[in-house]
Amino acid sequence: MHLVCPAGSPPALKAAIDNGADAVYVGFRDQTNARAFPGLNFTEVDLVNGIAYAHGRGRKVYVALNTYPGPAGLGAWRAAVDRAASLGVDAIICADMGVLDYAARRHPGLARHLSVQGSATTHAALRYYRERFGIARAVLPRVLSIQQVERLCEREIVPLEVFAFGSLCIMVEGRCQLSSYVTGASPNRHGVCSPAKFVRWDEEPDGVRRVSLNGRLIDRFAPHEPAGYPTVCKGRYAVGGETFHALEEPTSLNTLELLPRLQAAGVVALKIEGRQRGQAYVASVTNVWRQAIDRLRTRPQGWSPDAAWQRELARHAEGHQTTLGPYHRSWH
Amino acid sequence: MRLTLGPLQYFWPREQVLAFYRAAAAWPVDVIYLGETVCSKRRELRTRDWIALAEELAGSGREIVLSTLALLEAESEMSSLARLVDAGFRVEANDMSAVQLLRERGLPFIGGPTLNVYNHATLRLLREDGLQRLVLGIEHGRALVEEFRASGEPLPELEITAWGRLPLAYSARCFTARALDLAKDDCGFRCLEHPDGLPLASREGTPFLTINGIQVQTSGRCDLGPELAELRAAGIGLLRLYPQAAGMAEVIERFRRTIDSGVAPARAGEENGYWHGTAGMQCVTSP
Repeated sequence: MHLVCPAGSPPALKAAIDNGADAVYVGFRDQTNARAFPGLNFTEVDLVNGIAYAHGRGRKVYVALNTYPGPAGLGAWRAAVDRAASLGVDAIICADMGVLDYAARRHPGLARHLSVQGSATTHAALRYYRERFGIARAVLPRVLSIQQVERLCEREIVPLEVFAFGSLCIMVEGRCQLSSYVTGASPNRHGVCSPAKFVRWDEEPDGVRRVSLNGRLIDRFAPHEPAGYPTVCKGRYAVGGETFHALEEPTSLNTLELLPRLQAAGVVALKIEGRQRGQAYVASVTNVWRQAIDRLRTRPQGWSPDAAWQRELARHAEGHQTTLGPYHRSWH
Repeated sequence: MRLTLGPLQYFWPREQVLAFYRAAAAWPVDVIYLGETVCSKRRELRTRDWIALAEELAGSGREIVLSTLALLEAESEMSSLARLVDAGFRVEANDMSAVQLLRERGLPFIGGPTLNVYNHATLRLLREDGLQRLVLGIEHGRALVEEFRASGEPLPELEITAWGRLPLAYSARCFTARALDLAKDDCGFRCLEHPDGLPLASREGTPFLTINGIQVQTSGRCDLGPELAELRAAGIGLLRLYPQAAGMAEVIERFRRTIDSGVAPARAGEENGYWHGTAGMQCVTSP
């Protein structure tokens, strides 16, 4: 099983490689990828150097081109495909069919991975992308239970990558409009979710902090209550007379305890979320997963996650708590 | 310009569903979309019942379309999908699993709003697959439609959601069950108690979203009635109106009058932001 780690910057790429990532995934500095945040991502020169660093150590670099261009923008996405190909990346991660088709025709030798944003959750959908665009791998949306992942693997339609750790999108990826509903900026089109320029924090006289997104209240926090980033799905709302995290709590996905099952199922790659996170996060999380995968390989009998690994991962989790998320039925 | 009755997004008792569609057969709509698009656990009408209803309504003079689930996870859902696809009606494909089954069978289809069709290259591929009509994604506004037209690519029939609470997101999790502190697998079908969904408000009481099982919708209703002239100019051929528990006949009547008279009605819904290229929750009033 390959460990695929996020790199939002050259230092994060180096941290991922140094701590044992088999591959890193990166984005260009524009809206062609789903983490189009200011100050994040790679210039061409950054990427040339990053690829040299990774390839020099036998690792791979994937470029995410996983947003959906409109008709007028398609040329820029195609140019990004050409750029990725000319720089010698190992794969591109795409969601849009127009982009996938272009890449398959123009650069047939460049591996194409279906992004999680492509929303392929069944063997039929995976067949579509394999037959139409010859994808070499698909990243599964975070909606399937472990049993459903196992069954999809049994079909052997394309090699599958799943999310292992990181911030948890609780809606099926590529089809969530919560951010665009509130801000007009969407993950699909603009590569951002609940962007910071719409976030406003206000402190009331009693020390209570209110956080709103484009004027819509997402949550209020008591003076010493920890406060998370106001993505729409992790706010507290009133439903049926009660106020609670009606969609999801601030929490991160952590599938470490499922590692042997994911391996037995035949999952080819584990994805760590977090291109928006710093190099300390990347280094630490990559390191834990590298150790876990290596120990499973060398001593599979009686494998169980170290308490120290879990503590380390929880330290980097949203709200310092983790969940098995959709892999486990009780989350549904 | 034609009027379509979009698929029922809520979970109603069987008799209410049947009564609704028997009434609908006499309403001035041109197309009726039938089927469960949200949650496969909703079985007041099973797949075979939806197909039977389609057969019953086929004599009404309306075009009858079977709509597929937006999010498929289980093998059993794939079997239901295959039955819908093979039922002999035109199908609205709401995910790529449906597109693949239709393509494998060489059947023409309608692309639903949860397919991601953001550009003409994607549209061309889907037209090769058999797409004849595209229901625009909910965040697709006037500017994007204009870009489609400017691309020079032949366009299929275009349908836009002109009325109702917009479907914003789908999850493996059931938010209705969560709100009621129930496990999804033991949900007691409590969506039946919320025929227009379960309202979600901000902590200060501002209406915000609507919980509908595994789906999250807008709180306000999208209303593009006042935008009729712009929709026509943009080449939109069909207006989709989403079913609601009460007053649907009046909603349809209002849009029918709008189309027939060409006179834009006063605004009745709360939102139109997506059409105008801004946040979907906003309401842009024409200058």
